[in-house]
Amino acid sequence: MEYFLQLFFSGITKGSIYALIALGYTMVYGIIQLINFAHGEIYMIGAFTALIAAGVLSLFNFPVAAIFIIATLVAILYSSSYGYTIEKVAYKPLRNAPRLSALISAIGMSIFLQNYVLLAQTSDFLPFPSITPEIKFIKPYENILSSSGFLIIMFTVIAMILLSLFIKFTRTGKAMRATAQDKKMALLLGINVDRVISTTFVIGSALAALGGVLIASHIGQINFFIGFIAGIKAFTAAVLGGIGSIPGAVLGALILGLTESFSTGYISSDYQDVFAFILLVVILIFKPSGILGKKTDQKV
Amino acid sequence: MFSEIKKSALVSIWFMFLTFPIMVIKVNTIEDTIIWRWGNLVMVGVGSFFLSFLWRYLQDKTKAKERQGYKDALSKFFYDSFIGNKKVFYPVILGVICIILFFPYLFSTYQVTIMTTALIYVVLGLGLNVVVGFAGLLDLGYVAFYAVGAYTYALLNFNYDISFWLALPIAGILGALAGILLGFPVLRLRGDYLAIVTLGFGEIIRLVLENWGEFTHGPSGIASIDRPNFGFDLSIVGSINAIYYFVFLFVLVTIFFTNRLQNSRIGRAWVALREDEIACQAMGVDKTKTKLSAFAFGATWAGFMGAVFAAKTTFINPASFTFLESAIILSIVVLGGMGSIPGVILGALILILLPEYLRAFSEYRMLIFGGSMVLMMVFRPQGLIKSKRRHYNFREMTKREMQERRNATSS
Amino acid sequence: MKSFFKLLVMSVIFVVSSMSVFAADTIKLGVAGAHSGDLASYGIPTSRAVQFVVDEYNKNGGIDGKKIELLIEDDECKPEKAVNAATKLMSQGADAVVGHICSGPTKAALPIYLSQMIPVISPSATSPILTQSGDYPNFFRTIAPDDAQARLEVDFAINALNLKKIAIIHDKGDYGKGLAEYARSFLKETDNVEIVLFEGVTPGALDYSAVVQKIKNSEADGVIFGGYHPEASKIVSQMRKKNIDIPFISDDGVKDNKFIKVAGKYAEGVYATGPKDVSSNALAIEAEKKHKDKYGDQSGAFYLNGYAAAQAILNAIDKADSTDPDAIMKALRTYYVETSLGRIKFDEKGDAIGVGFSVYQVQNGEYVEQNF
Repeated sequence: MEYFLQLFFSGITKGSIYALIALGYTMVYGIIQLINFAHGEIYMIGAFTALIAAGVLSLFNFPVAAIFIIATLVAILYSSSYGYTIEKVAYKPLRNAPRLSALISAIGMSIFLQNYVLLAQTSDFLPFPSITPEIKFIKPYENILSSSGFLIIMFTVIAMILLSLFIKFTRTGKAMRATAQDKKMALLLGINVDRVISTTFVIGSALAALGGVLIASHIGQINFFIGFIAGIKAFTAAVLGGIGSIPGAVLGALILGLTESFSTGYISSDYQDVFAFILLVVILIFKPSGILGKKTDQKV
Repeated sequence: MFSEIKKSALVSIWFMFLTFPIMVIKVNTIEDTIIWRWGNLVMVGVGSFFLSFLWRYLQDKTKAKERQGYKDALSKFFYDSFIGNKKVFYPVILGVICIILFFPYLFSTYQVTIMTTALIYVVLGLGLNVVVGFAGLLDLGYVAFYAVGAYTYALLNFNYDISFWLALPIAGILGALAGILLGFPVLRLRGDYLAIVTLGFGEIIRLVLENWGEFTHGPSGIASIDRPNFGFDLSIVGSINAIYYFVFLFVLVTIFFTNRLQNSRIGRAWVALREDEIACQAMGVDKTKTKLSAFAFGATWAGFMGAVFAAKTTFINPASFTFLESAIILSIVVLGGMGSIPGVILGALILILLPEYLRAFSEYRMLIFGGSMVLMMVFRPQGLIKSKRRHYNFREMTKREMQERRNATSS
Repeated sequence: MKSFFKLLVMSVIFVVSSMSVFAADTIKLGVAGAHSGDLASYGIPTSRAVQFVVDEYNKNGGIDGKKIELLIEDDECKPEKAVNAATKLMSQGADAVVGHICSGPTKAALPIYLSQMIPVISPSATSPILTQSGDYPNFFRTIAPDDAQARLEVDFAINALNLKKIAIIHDKGDYGKGLAEYARSFLKETDNVEIVLFEGVTPGALDYSAVVQKIKNSEADGVIFGGYHPEASKIVSQMRKKNIDIPFISDDGVKDNKFIKVAGKYAEGVYATGPKDVSSNALAIEAEKKHKDKYGDQSGAFYLNGYAAAQAILNAIDKADSTDPDAIMKALRTYYVETSLGRIKFDEKGDAIGVGFSVYQVQNGEYVEQNF
C-alpha cells in the first residue's frame, strides 16, 4: 500500500508539471489552432532565468524565501515576454498562411531558442539551488511525498483555480472564449483579437515558467535541452485530454503522469514511454477528440 | 523618418531587456561564478535596432505585393519561364543531369557522400509529400518507416546474410505494411490528433528498437552491414560512388512515380480528401482505401531509403531515428512547398546541404538553421515553389469545331 | 529570380571553397569527434590535446623533417556524420586518425578507414567489440574497454562492500546499457548474489522518483549505475532525499568533477570507477599546465587520453620512419612510449597495456582513489 501511494504521488507530481505546460499548449491551440512547438523552450527559459536570478540574489545574501519569490517572479516576467515576442515575430505574420507553415516556424523557433541558450550560457547541466522552502507538516510523510513535490501540487492547483476564474469571469477571459469560438465574429463584435492572442501567449508562458521553476528546484539541475522532452509530453497530455479544453489538459496530464509512474513501478521503466503512447492511441481510437474534447460536427 | 527611428529604438530597448539575463549574466553554479558580459547587451541593442528596419522594410514589401494582387513571382517564374519555356527547360535539365552524372569526378568523395545524403532526403521528402502534401494527413512520425526499412536490411543482412538487392524490396514492403498498420487506428482521427498519434507511433518504434536488445541489438546498434554488391569488385570510393548513382536513379524513379500518381485517379482522390473529407465521401471516394493507400505509398519510399541508408552508413542505431529527423523531413516538404514536387526537391537540397556548408560557422550553425527556418516561413509561407493546381479552362468552340462535331455525330 | 540566382552562385562558391586543397609533403593527422552538439564537451578536450602535442612536434622540426598537419572533423557523435567525416579525412589523405569519441560513430567510421588501412586511435571509445571482435586490426585506444570496468565494479561491490542484493540501473544508451549488461553477466556468474532489479531510465525525463521507489521496494543493498553524470546525480539525489542510503557504484561517465558539483552534498560516498590516477605523472602535469595557460581553466573529459593517443601515434610514425600503415601499426605494438597516462604500448587487439581503472569514492567533495 505504501508503495502504491508513493507511486501515486510521484505520478501526480509529474502530472502537475505536465499540466502547467500543457495548459499553454491547449490555450494557444484553442485560439489560433497552432501547435506551439516552442512552448517547451519557454519553460526552459523560465527555469534558466530563475537560475540566473537566484544566482545573482544569493550573491547579495538574500534569505531563501525571498530568493524563491523573486526568482519565480523574474522567471514569469521573462517567459511571458519571450512568449509575447515569439508570437509577434514568428506566428503573427503567418496568421493567414497555411497552418503547417506556422508549425514549421514553431519548430524553427524551438531549434533557435535551444541553441541561443546553449551558446549564451552553457551545454553543461547546472545545479539548481533548492530554493523551495521546507514545509513542516509534510515531514512525517516525507517518504511518500517530498515537500517540493507537495509545493508543486499546491501551486498547480492554485494556478488552475485562478485560471478557471479568470477565464470564466473577467472581460478578457470572456473575450478569449469568444475568440476561441469564432475569430471573425469576435472581431466584428469589437474584440481586439490581436490583444487576446497576445494575452493567451503571456498567460500560457507564465504557467510554463512556474512549472520550470518548480521542477528545476525539485530535481535540482537544468540544461538547455530540458524543454524538448517536457514539451512533447505536455503536448501529448493536452491532446489526450482534448486539445483546446482547459480541464482536459489537466486531466490528460495527470493521467499521463500516473501511467508513467505506475508502468515504471509495476512493469518496467524500459517501456514507460511506450505505455504512455499506447494509452494515447487507445483513448483516441475510442474518443477521437480526446477525453474532454468537444465533438464537433463536420459540414461541407 | 523620426517615427521609424522611434519604432526601431523601442524594438532595440525591448530586445535588450529580453536578452538581458541570458546574454549578459552567465551564472555558473558549478564553479559559483558570475560573469557580466555588458558587451553583448550593446551588441544586441545595436543589432536589433538595425535589423528592425530591415524587418519592417521586408514586411512592408510583402504587404504591398499583397495589396497589388499578390503574384508569387518565384513560382510564376518557375512554372512559366522555366518549365513552360522548353528552350530554357531542356538545356537546364540536361546541364543539371550532366553535373549530377559527373559529380563524383568533379568533387571529393566527401562531397559525394553528403550529396548522397541529400538525395536520400529528396526521396524521403517526396514520400512524405504524398502523405502531407497530397492527402493532407499531418504525419509527425515518418521517420518510423525509415527506421523499419533500415532495420529490415540490417537485420536480414546480419542474421541471414541476405544481399541488399533482395532486402530492398522487402524493406519497401515492410515499410508499406507499417504504414497500413499505423493507418488503421488513425482512420477516424483528424488534423492534429492524427499528428500526435503519428508522433507517438514514431516514438514507440524507436523505443522498441532501443529496448528490445535481443532482437535489435539495442542502443549499441548493428555494425558492419554490407555495402550493396554491384556485380563487380569496388574499392570503398568506388562503392560510395556507385551508391550515389543508385540513389540518383532512385530519385528519378520516385519523381516519375509521384508525378504520374499526382494526376491519376488515386492522386486526385487524395487531393479531394485533403480539401474536404465529407464532400469527397459523398462523391463516392472510399475514404478508408484512399487514406490507407496514402500512408502505405508514402511509407514505401521511406522503407526503401531506410535500406539504402543502412547500406550507405554500414552502421545503424536507434539514435538516427529521433523525432527531430521527422521534423526535418516535414520541414523539407513545407519549406519546399506542400504538394509541389520541384519544391520538395529544392527544399531537401537546401535543408540538408545548408547545415553541411554552414560548418564554417561551427557552433552557430544550428542557431542559423533554426532562425532561417523561421524567416523563410515568415517571408515565404507558401513554400519556395508553390504547387500548381490543375486548371481546366472552359473555352467556347469555334464554328469550325462545331461543324466538325456535327459531322461526326451525323455520320 | 535574382535571389534564386544569387543562391545558386553562393552554393557553388561554397562547394568550391570547401573542396580539399592538397598540400605537399606533410604528415596528415586527422582528428574526429564531437565538436558541436550536446556531446561536444566530450570531444573538444581531445582536439585541444592533439593540437598541443602536434605544436610541440612542429616546434622541434616535425618528424623526419616533415611538419604535421592537422585535419579536424566534427561528427557530433552521430554515426552518419561520422561516416561523412571519415570519408572526408580519407579523401584528404590522412595518414592516421585520432578519434572518434563515441563508440557508435567509431564503429560506423572504422570500415572506411579499414579500406585504406589508416591507423585509428581513439581516446574514449570503450565498446569492447571494437578490439575484441578482431574485425578492426587498424584500431587502437588509450582507454580500457567497458567490460574491464564492469568487472572492476562487480568485484568491488562483492568483495569490498559485501553486497548481496544488487539493483542495476542504466540510461538505455550505448555506453550505459552496455556496461550494465556486462555487470549483469558477471554478477550472474557469481554465487550468493542476487540481481533484484535491472532497469533503464530515459535520459532527460522530468524526474526518476518512480524508479527510485522501485529501488527501495526491491530492498537492494547496493546500486550499480551505467550512464553519464546528469542522470546519476538526479538518481542519487532522489535516493538520498528518500533516505535510501545504500552504496551507489558507477562508471567513468560519472567520475567527473561536474557530478560532485551538481549533486552537491548528495554526492558524498558515491563510488565511481575511472582511469588510474595519473596526477603525479610529469607529462600529465605538463599537459594540464598547457591547457591552463592557453584556455584559463581545467581540461575536460578524456583530455589526457587524447593527449596520450596523439603522443603514441606520433611516436609510432617517428619510430616507423614512414607513414606506411603497416609500419605504424607494428611500431604501436612494439615500442613502449612515455605518455600522459604512463608508459604504454598496445596488444595484438589494439588495447593499451598499462592503462587501467581504479575505484574512487567521493569524500569531502573530491574523488579519492580507493585501495582495493
